[in-house]
Amino acid sequence: MDHSVTPQYKIILCWGSSCQKLSSKSILDRIHQKIDELKMGNNVDIILSGCLGMCSKGPILIINPGYYIYGKITPEIVGEIIEKHINQNKATAAYLIEEDHLFNRFYRIFGDVKFYGRQMRIALRNCGIIDPESIDDYLSVRGYESLAKSLALFTPNQVINEIKASGLRGRGGAGFPTGYKWELTAQEKSSEKFIICNADEGDPGAFMDRNAIESDPHTIIEGMIIGAYAVGAQNGIIYTRAEYPLAIDRLHIAINQAKEHGFLGNNILGTNFSFNIEIRQGAGAFICGEETALIHSLEGKRGVPRTRPPYPATKGLFNKPTVVNNVETWANIPVIIQEGAAWFSSIGTKNSKGTKVFAVAGSVINTGLVEVPMGTTLKEIIFDICGGLPDNKTLKAVQIGGPSGGCLTKDHLDIQVDYESFAEIGTIMGSGGMIVIDNKSCMVKLARFFLEFSQSQSCGKCTPCREGTKRMLEILERITTGNGKPEDIQKLLRLGNTIKKTALCGLGKSAPNPVISTITHFRNEYEEHINEKKCATNDCSALIVYEINDACTGCSACIRICPTKAISGIKKNKHQINQNLCIKCGDCFDICAFKGITRR
Amino acid sequence: MISTIQNDAKLNSLRAYINSHKEMTRNDSLLIRVLQKAQEIIGYLPPEIMNFIAQEMSIPRAQVWGVATFYHYFFLKPVGKYIISVCMGTACYLKGAEKILKAFKEKLNINIGETTDDKLFTLIEARCLGACGLAPAVSINGTIYGQLDEKKAYNIIKKYINQSK
Amino acid sequence: MNSQENITIFINGTKYQTQNGQSIMQAADHLGYSIPRLCYHPQLSVEGACRICIVEIEGMKEFQASCSYPIQDGMRIHTNTTELRQARRDILELILDNHPLDCHTCPKNGNCELQRLANILGIEERHFEGERKQYPIDDSSPAIIRNPNNCILCGRCVRVCSETQQIHAIGYAHRGFKTVVMPSYNQAFDKSVCINCGQCINICPTAAFTEKKQTDEVIRILNNKDNITIAQIAPSVRIAIGESFGIESGHNFQQELTAALKALGFDYVFDTQFGADMTIMEEAAELAERYFKGENLPLITSCCPSWVKTAEQFHPDLLPHLSSCRSPMAMLASLTKGYLAKKNHWDLTKVVNIAITPCTAKKFESSREELFLEKDIRCIDYALTTREISWIIKSSGIDLSRMKGQDFDNPMGISSGAASIVGTSGGVIEATLRTFCEKYLDSALPPLQYHESRTTKGIKEATIVINDKKINIAVANGLKSTHSLMDEIRRQKKHYDFVEIMACPGGCIGGGGQPYAASLNFFDQEKILQKRSQALYAIDSSINIHKSHENPAVQQLYKEFLGTPLSELANKLLHTQYSQKIPCGIIPKEVIYDINHSK
Repeated sequence: MDHSVTPQYKIILCWGSSCQKLSSKSILDRIHQKIDELKMGNNVDIILSGCLGMCSKGPILIINPGYYIYGKITPEIVGEIIEKHINQNKATAAYLIEEDHLFNRFYRIFGDVKFYGRQMRIALRNCGIIDPESIDDYLSVRGYESLAKSLALFTPNQVINEIKASGLRGRGGAGFPTGYKWELTAQEKSSEKFIICNADEGDPGAFMDRNAIESDPHTIIEGMIIGAYAVGAQNGIIYTRAEYPLAIDRLHIAINQAKEHGFLGNNILGTNFSFNIEIRQGAGAFICGEETALIHSLEGKRGVPRTRPPYPATKGLFNKPTVVNNVETWANIPVIIQEGAAWFSSIGTKNSKGTKVFAVAGSVINTGLVEVPMGTTLKEIIFDICGGLPDNKTLKAVQIGGPSGGCLTKDHLDIQVDYESFAEIGTIMGSGGMIVIDNKSCMVKLARFFLEFSQSQSCGKCTPCREGTKRMLEILERITTGNGKPEDIQKLLRLGNTIKKTALCGLGKSAPNPVISTITHFRNEYEEHINEKKCATNDCSALIVYEINDACTGCSACIRICPTKAISGIKKNKHQINQNLCIKCGDCFDICAFKGITRR
Repeated sequence: MISTIQNDAKLNSLRAYINSHKEMTRNDSLLIRVLQKAQEIIGYLPPEIMNFIAQEMSIPRAQVWGVATFYHYFFLKPVGKYIISVCMGTACYLKGAEKILKAFKEKLNINIGETTDDKLFTLIEARCLGACGLAPAVSINGTIYGQLDEKKAYNIIKKYINQSK
Repeated sequence: MNSQENITIFINGTKYQTQNGQSIMQAADHLGYSIPRLCYHPQLSVEGACRICIVEIEGMKEFQASCSYPIQDGMRIHTNTTELRQARRDILELILDNHPLDCHTCPKNGNCELQRLANILGIEERHFEGERKQYPIDDSSPAIIRNPNNCILCGRCVRVCSETQQIHAIGYAHRGFKTVVMPSYNQAFDKSVCINCGQCINICPTAAFTEKKQTDEVIRILNNKDNITIAQIAPSVRIAIGESFGIESGHNFQQELTAALKALGFDYVFDTQFGADMTIMEEAAELAERYFKGENLPLITSCCPSWVKTAEQFHPDLLPHLSSCRSPMAMLASLTKGYLAKKNHWDLTKVVNIAITPCTAKKFESSREELFLEKDIRCIDYALTTREISWIIKSSGIDLSRMKGQDFDNPMGISSGAASIVGTSGGVIEATLRTFCEKYLDSALPPLQYHESRTTKGIKEATIVINDKKINIAVANGLKSTHSLMDEIRRQKKHYDFVEIMACPGGCIGGGGQPYAASLNFFDQEKILQKRSQALYAIDSSINIHKSHENPAVQQLYKEFLGTPLSELANKLLHTQYSQKIPCGIIPKEVIYDINHSK
């Protein structure tokens, strides 16, 4: 980890009941005194946190950035710790607790790998380092401690307050503050409430849910149990894709183990709190990632969304109050409870706290899952962590948020990853798909790919999405096959904006994003396709023209391979291609040994 | 319609599955799971099976039909022994999934959603297999084959044809 | 904040006080703003699918569907901005671009909500034309034609069939652009559980569902002077047909309609109410027999062909409870062919019975073999809906309202007041009890005092006490609560003696063949049914003969031909039997769940 200390500090003092008893008040006085002495008042925030859960090592003091945890501090020593840390950039090793970060073990194993070393693994902290089928392994990394802590030390309200204070926002798409969602459900008077884990992975090309479940199923289960305790739910459901058999197996194993250990079932850990989890498999409908559609699916109905309000938090599954969060959100819960809201909220940006997992794919050296603090720039993710583009290719665009997201250009590389900054530039966090695109890819075709996906996955309920995406796709199809009309760009924008403003659900509203953003940033490509019937990247095969040039020796190899008999000519004379018969398969281009065929 | 298949062992096992949830409140919410089970047992969902489920579970036929036709997972026609599901997720798309799909179509001489005459293969598109690291990928009866090209695709088909001989 | 409270909202800048707990659309409707709409319908659950009724709410990025979004204190709503108008127009264009371009040949031409809306929103061009749906038309049903090409997927039919009627004959199938409303397994409509009530027709904004028209055949028959053509007019037709001619509902056009039918060439115009008097005579006798023996109680009415099919499919075990009486239409028809024709020595092959009814299921009923006079001889040859006869009249150049009125032909044109109210919910039971009480309990029927059933929502109950006798009755309209009521009867949870069921909302006055609603405004809908019902009761009080057994024509018929109610001859011509029909109906779990939890 990086040990240089930067000038803006947060000093977090544990204000839990156990630490307080151990003379925290005098420690606090001493801290204030020391900061005044150092004249650092403007550079240091002092935060009193709720219980940080490391009571055995209390009193606890944390200095950020860097998340340095000092334990067993006294009023006598605290001045020295602060002076050394802040003034001399040195941590006082004797009081430093390093072992206990929930997420530290990952770095002890993988920290020297560049790809991992620059990440910050909270949700994925155990992925790859524990045996997902062993509850003992999970317990050895302090698994279910957060649950125990919640039940023993917190009232349900305190859990909610902790999550609220952490600033955690839903990782599935729109980023609704998780704690507030829970509070709404907790406030509902109902004898029956539900907890749902949405593991119906959103974007095509994002696979963090699968990874998280397959590598660390207990974390998600623990998060759900804590959530159930907080809102007063009796039953939980994990809704996962049927395409993930391994994930389902491991969840079954984990649930059974948790039951055997008394973490699930009746009277959890001897309290009067009871909670059960069942697994339900989807049946192949992207739309079921939308929470109201998911709920309909769980009710055994067609997975179509419904209008909101009422929100599931008040009227959800079987019309009962229901908390729906996605896998990544649930995976964050145990860490927040363990390490404290203050710690969690010290990571990230003003309005987006914690980390985000991205599935990076496309034209990039290291593809895979990347978990970084909110506020990390795209440049850091793509170039520092993922090693940049292969074969010296040039970055053309970054597509974020899958079919619901938008395309950014190299001008956006310094943008910090968070909900607000993404929204400002017309994309969304989504569940975190990130596709790196080099200049060999056609943006019009890419927009068509995403829209084709959205259109094929439309549930068909509301008019704008059902009919509108179809018409947009037809327009894109004609543009990419050389039949575009000058007014088409305007039509796409008009339809796109109407759909955005009027569709019933989030997926419908965001379906035009890939088209609108590519028009915004790559309008010239659209114009080229429409006006010149040309695709500069040769990605749109229908727009490619093959012609025979003067290098042709008349060997007839192309005549023999052409599947549609589009090429003719006399041996040893230059041949010709009949453009009406040519299907642009490129076989002639590939077989010609004399570069006698031009592709344009 | 039902009477002709009444004594069928498959039907009995489906009935047993439905009955095992008879006591559960709101067990009609298990429709998708029951349809999945039925497909597991029978291979696809013929109308008489949907009718049977509708009656056993007290769910109107139009609703069962609506659900069965909504979700891609359900087959309404008999399918082949091997279901080739070609991933069309973004990562696979960027790495040439279209070509892989085309290769399968050409080699098997069927379109998406169709089954070969010898009832060996059914070809479908998947929205994402979650195997993006292996792009382009296909799944055949749950087994993932990654980093494919046309040639590998042909070889896989060959392998399955030989296997079934 | 509770829903009784008044809150402040702003619509297009004007401040209003209105009751909390309403949707934006409801509030706006009350305040005189009619926000355009398609999938919304006042009698159904809110779908929010068409997105036509969008409004702008200050502070919200996206437009919201006003049908589903609740008003809040201080909310500033805009219903008519330039951007909204454009968005609505775009959405409607998208619908039209996947809709046939055949307005002038469409059965709904002039009555189509989509057409009206296109005009209101100012659609002048088509911008986004492309692939259009193409599905086969299903005309297998004797009553209803399903044309999915006209469907705009507003889902009102699906909701009326599942919510109001709880029949679930149709539903959404497939998804996305390929979504279609269809019966299960895309089977032919006549193989489905559809009960032909036609509520889907009434509620469809376009022509995805229409009645199976018999207008051309009827006109052909009228023009062949060899035929002896007999019309009969159901009570609910005369008080609703005016609406087809732009006249406010609730006016009785019996005389004008009779004149118009004569002008069209009908040889005889009889009154279905005469048939109703016969039904009441027979049914009162049947009730007396069962009541005094205590057998097969409650007696359940069977005038409604949609209800009969429902019982045969969904409740076959309760068929012995159904009255064996044929419906008024069927009784009149079997008497014209089985009695009048013989008496007048008419050639039966030339006699054509044409019923004018508010009902689509009458088309189905007339095809039931149980009701044939003999093998291959139907009693009812054609059943025309109010809409069909309106069209015939219009297309024949007749102005109904200016026709010089005529009386019905005799002898089957005389009826009691009791017979007129059988068109409205509660009417059959009241009319029957008037006769039953007087003839069999020697006492006048005391005024009926209904209350809402405590065990089954939507059911009206009453108890009549005459001397030491108690008669428990229940009345249902719309099939919504019928399954629960039948379940109560099956489990003998509650003792009823006499139960009346009509499948359509309000009874026959709300039948599937009645004139299309002119407006979707949510308070107009209820009013129309109210007015039609009031008009029938007005006819009741205007007729001097108040009870069926006092009808001299009825008395004469028994004296001259039938003998007594339930006589052998009466049984042959006026009664029928029922049998279980497939596909068997499936009552959804949630209904049974409600039943189990309401007790």
